[in-house]
Amino acid sequence: MIKHQQSSHDTSRRRLLLRGTTALSATAVALLAGVPAKAAKSATGQDASRDAAVLNTALALEHEAINAYTLGAQSKLLEKPVLAVALKFQGDHKVHRDRLVSVLKTLGATPAEERTLAVYAQALDVEKLKSQADVLDFAAGLEHGAVNAYLGIIPSFADRPLAKLAGQLAADETEHFVVLSQALGRELPAPLSFGV
Amino acid sequence: MTLVFGVARGSPVTGSVARGKELYESRCTACHSLDHARIGPAHRGVFGRHAGQVAGFDYSEALRSAHVTWTARSLDRWLTDPEAFLPGQKMGYSVADAQDRADIISFLASAEAR
Repeated sequence: MIKHQQSSHDTSRRRLLLRGTTALSATAVALLAGVPAKAAKSATGQDASRDAAVLNTALALEHEAINAYTLGAQSKLLEKPVLAVALKFQGDHKVHRDRLVSVLKTLGATPAEERTLAVYAQALDVEKLKSQADVLDFAAGLEHGAVNAYLGIIPSFADRPLAKLAGQLAADETEHFVVLSQALGRELPAPLSFGV
Repeated sequence: MTLVFGVARGSPVTGSVARGKELYESRCTACHSLDHARIGPAHRGVFGRHAGQVAGFDYSEALRSAHVTWTARSLDRWLTDPEAFLPGQKMGYSVADAQDRADIISFLASAEAR
């Protein structure tokens, strides 16, 4: 009886896996197989290069975030425990960067390059940061923007696995934003307040 | 609430600058700012500017070669669906609601070049 149940479970699982496999798009298959899919068309017919272009924008955002935390750390304005959290968040962004680079290469696209720290310092106008609260507010603003950006690009992906990746990135940025907001003594975000 | 009613470079601008500023800060500042090129180009003075012309910004070929001047009308089409408007561009973000677009455009129109 137990054996029968196990067999039935295995059959159901195989069916589920098969069903899932048939639902995978050309890009998703390429992602799983590690095959460049530059010329692949998505399930909706959209060229995979369009998805890659959007992912490259996300990568540029992650490069900026990594450098923003470096600038915050170098400001000497952060107390030790706060600095530790900032570096943890920076590590998260490095994980995001590496994942995006990996996916972009799998898609056959050239990943966006990181610019110099000086370029980011000027673009982000970090000279205005004069206190720990300023740095936290600055970081919270970037994280909030990133949440909305990632939520905003989800509908643009033709391939669902890439939309899910954008959702995962948004979830991490939301965590960062909420922690930074709490450190600033702000209230928790209202429901449905992101992405609007 | 400040409303802008007027004609900027041949296009009517009818949204709320104040609400547009809020929307801009919420939705656009992940990649843009008024005065600094970041993931996207700086926006101050965008009204009346030819597309793809901010010095030093690495535009897509689609924008570099576009024969588009940014007006309320062209910005509305851009924000509605950037890829449909200029295929091959880089922006993956769009603004679905017409009033939101009008308000953001009004804010951009108010950010005149210095």
